[in-house]
Amino acid sequence: MSEGGTDNSRRRFLTAATTVVGAVGAGFVAVPFIKSWNPSARTKAAGAAIEIDISKLDVGQMLTVEWRGKPIYIVKRSDKNLEQLSSMDDRLRDPGSNESVQPDYAKNVYRARSDQKAILVLEGVCTHLGCAPKHRPDVAPADLGSDWVGGFFCPCHGSRFDLAGRVFQGVPAPLNLRVPPYTYLSKTTLLVGDDGGNA
Amino acid sequence: MGMMKSLMGWVDARFPATKMWKEHLSEYYAPKNFNFWYFFGSLALLVLVIQIVSGIFLAMFFKPDATLAFASVEYIMRDVEWGWLIRYMHSTGASAFFIVVYLHMFRGLLYGSYKNPRELIWIFGVLIYLVLMGEAFMGYLLPWGQMSFWGAQVIISLASAIPYIGDDLSLWIRGDFVIGDATLNRFFSLHVVALPLVLLGLVVAHILALHEVGSNNPDGVEIKKNKDENGIPVDGIPFHPYYSVKDIAGVVAFLFIFCSVIFFAPEMGGYFLEHANFEPANPLKTPEHIAPVWYFTVYYSILRAVPDKFLGVVAMGIAVLLLFFLPWLDRNPVKSIRYRGIQFKVMLGVFIIAFLMLGWLGTQPVTPLYTWMARIGAVIYFTFFLAMPIYTKMEKNLDVPDRVTMK
Amino acid sequence: MNIFAMKKLIILWSLALFSLLTINMVVASGSVHLESANIDRNDKASLQRGAKTFINYCLSCHSAQYQRFERMADDLGFDKQDVINNMMYTQDKIGNTMTVAMPAEDAKKWFGKPVPDLSLVARSRGVDWLYTYLISFYLDEKRPTGVNNLLFKDVGMPHVLWEQQGYKKLVKNPDGEHTLETAVKGTMTDKEYQDMVRDLVNFLAYIGEPLYVYRHQLGMWVLLFLAVFFVIAYMLKKEYWKDVH
Repeated sequence: MSEGGTDNSRRRFLTAATTVVGAVGAGFVAVPFIKSWNPSARTKAAGAAIEIDISKLDVGQMLTVEWRGKPIYIVKRSDKNLEQLSSMDDRLRDPGSNESVQPDYAKNVYRARSDQKAILVLEGVCTHLGCAPKHRPDVAPADLGSDWVGGFFCPCHGSRFDLAGRVFQGVPAPLNLRVPPYTYLSKTTLLVGDDGGNA
Repeated sequence: MGMMKSLMGWVDARFPATKMWKEHLSEYYAPKNFNFWYFFGSLALLVLVIQIVSGIFLAMFFKPDATLAFASVEYIMRDVEWGWLIRYMHSTGASAFFIVVYLHMFRGLLYGSYKNPRELIWIFGVLIYLVLMGEAFMGYLLPWGQMSFWGAQVIISLASAIPYIGDDLSLWIRGDFVIGDATLNRFFSLHVVALPLVLLGLVVAHILALHEVGSNNPDGVEIKKNKDENGIPVDGIPFHPYYSVKDIAGVVAFLFIFCSVIFFAPEMGGYFLEHANFEPANPLKTPEHIAPVWYFTVYYSILRAVPDKFLGVVAMGIAVLLLFFLPWLDRNPVKSIRYRGIQFKVMLGVFIIAFLMLGWLGTQPVTPLYTWMARIGAVIYFTFFLAMPIYTKMEKNLDVPDRVTMK
Repeated sequence: MNIFAMKKLIILWSLALFSLLTINMVVASGSVHLESANIDRNDKASLQRGAKTFINYCLSCHSAQYQRFERMADDLGFDKQDVINNMMYTQDKIGNTMTVAMPAEDAKKWFGKPVPDLSLVARSRGVDWLYTYLISFYLDEKRPTGVNNLLFKDVGMPHVLWEQQGYKKLVKNPDGEHTLETAVKGTMTDKEYQDMVRDLVNFLAYIGEPLYVYRHQLGMWVLLFLAVFFVIAYMLKKEYWKDVH
C-alpha cells in the first residue's frame, strides 16, 4: 500500500476543510428542525392582540380575559387606590418595577398608561410558581390582616401584591406581576397584546 | 492527548468502543476494487437516518385522526416554520430509499453478492426490503388524501382474496368496514414505532453478517484467501479512512441529487407525490385512475396481469418471496457477471427491461395492450427466477482471476 | 459481451430508470386538449390582480381554508391595512384563513354538492386544467345553471365570470370538432378575459404552495453549497486513494 511520499500536510488540510464544511452543512440542516419548534403561524394568529370593551367596567371591579392562554386581569382602581400606591414603597420588594417585566409606559407607580391611570392591565400569573393570584379589593379582611388596602393574593403559597401588581416583601414571589403590551383604540376599547411598538 | 487517551482507556475497560471502531471501520478490510455500485449500501443507511430524523419531527405536528390528518399535513406545509422542508425531505426520502435499495439489490445481482457465504446477508436484505414496503405503504395512508385512501383500500382488499378467512382478515386489518379512523390510527403507530424498530434491528443484523464474512467485490473474488504475513488480505484496504472518504464524496453527490428533487421537483411530476393526493380522502368518490406510488408498481402490474383475484394475489406474493431463494436458485459458483457465461447476462438484461416495463405499466391505466405487455413482463420476471437452476448450469464461465482487478 | 459493453448497458438501464421517473404524469383529463396556463409565479402584479379576482368572485362560495390573509399580504406585497379594509368580508383578524360564511348544507342545497375548498386545487388539478376549465364554459339550456363546460361535463358551478367573458355557444365543425363561439358579448375581449383567468390561476397556484418561489431561491444556494462541498470531498478522496494501487 503506502510507499512513502504521502503529503501529510495536504491530507491534514483537506481533512480539516471537509470537516469544517461538513459541520457548517450540519449546522444549516439543524436550523429547520430547531426552528420548527417556534410558535406556528396558526399559534401566532390565535395569540394575536384582542380587543376588550371596558365601558361596563366599574370602579373596584376586575375583568378577566384570556390572551395567549394566560388570564389577563383588567382592574379599574379608585382615586383612593391610586393615592395609596405612592405610600407603599417601604413594604414592597421592587417599588420602582426595576426588576419586573412591563412595557416602558407602565414602568411607573401605577404600572399603567398615563392616559388611563386608573385601569390596570396585568398578566394573572404569579411570578413564584405560576398560580393565578386572586383579586382582593376588600380592606383589612380577617385573613390578610389590618394593613391590607386591596391587592392580589396568591392562594398557592401566600404571595401578596398591591393594586399595581407589585410584590410585597417577605413573600415567596420574587418579582412584580407582568404587564402585557396594551393600548387604547378608543376611550373604552382596550387592545391587549399589541401596542404598535411601544407607542 | 494524554487526557483523551486515559479517558478512552477508562471507557474501553467498560465498553468495547475502540474494539468496535477497529472491527467495523479502521481495521475492517474491504476489497480495494469497489466501483460505483458500492455506494448504495452506505447511501441506504444515510436515507434511513434522514427518514428517522424527519419522521420524528413530522410526528410532532401530524394528527393521526381521520378528521384532522389532511389538515395537519397542510399545517406542516404552511404554518409550521420550515415544516415544508421537513415534509419534502420525508416524502422525497421515501422514494430515494427505494431507488437506493433497488440499485443496491441490482449490485447484488451483478456481482453475485447473495452467494455462499453471503446467503444470510441477502436474506436479511430481502427482509429489510419487505419491511420497507410495509413501512412505505402505511406511511402513504397518513396524509389522508384520495390516493392514500383508495390505494390502501385496494391493497387491503387484496387480503380478502384469501379463501375462507379473507373477508374477516381485511376487516380486522382495517378495524372498520372501510378504511377509517381506526385504520389510520393503527397504521400511524406501526409506521412510527413498530416497523422502524424492526427495520433498525434488521439493518444491524445485515451489517453484522456482512462484517463477519467480509464484503464481496466486482470481481467476485474472496480477498480473505490471499493474506499477508500479518493476516491482512493483500487486496483489502481499511474501510476507514479509504472508504469513509470515498463515501463522503458519494454522500455529497447523492445529496446534490436529493436536494435538487426537494427544492425543484418535490412532486416529481406526480410520481413522488401524486396529484390526486392533494384532495382530501373521500370514501364516496374513487379517483378516475388509481395508481400506487412508483416503487410498488412492478408488483401491482403482476397483480393486474393475472385475470383471477386470488391467483393475482398469489402471483404478487410469490414474485416478492422468490427473492429469498435466489442464493439457491443460482447454480453457478462464479459470482461476478464479469466472468459468467452469456446465459445469465442475457437473462439479467431481459429481466431488468421487464422489471422497468412492469414498473411503468403499473402507473398507467389498464388497456388491452398494456395488460398483454404486463403478462409478458410477468412471465419474464418469473422465468428469470424459476428457470435459473437450468440456465445457470449451462453457463460457460471465463477464467476468474486470483486477485481483484482495478478497472 | 465484454465488461465495457456491460458497463454501458448498466448505465443505460439506470438512465432509463431515472428518465422513467421524470416523465411528466398526465393528469387524467378526458380527451379535451389543455391550453397552457403560462403563468409566471414571480409576477407580483399578476398575483395581486389574481388575488383580487379570487376574493371578489370565488371567495364568496369557495374557501381557501389553509391560506392566511396575512401570509398573502406579506408574500404578494399588499398593504395589511388595505387587506383588512377591502378584502376581508367574513373575517376580522388578518392572521385568519380564507374561509366562507356559506354553510356547507346550503351549498349542497344550491349546487347539489359541497363547494370544494380551493387551497390545493392547483396541485390536484394542475394549472393548465384550471385555465382551460375557466375559458370553456358554454350555454346549455339543459343545465340548471344554464351553462355547461367542455372540460368538466355537467359541472355544478355557474359561469361566475360571465359578465367579463360573455356567453359562448357550442358549435360543431364539419370535421366533428367542437369549438366555442361568442353568443353574448362580455365587457372584456377574449384576450383580456384570458389574461384575467391567467392571473387568477397564477394566484391559485400561489395558494397551492405559498413557499414555491422561496423554495426555488433557497434551492440554488443549497446546491451551490453542495457543489463546493463535493469538490473538497472529492479532493480528499483523491488524496487518500493515492495509497491504493
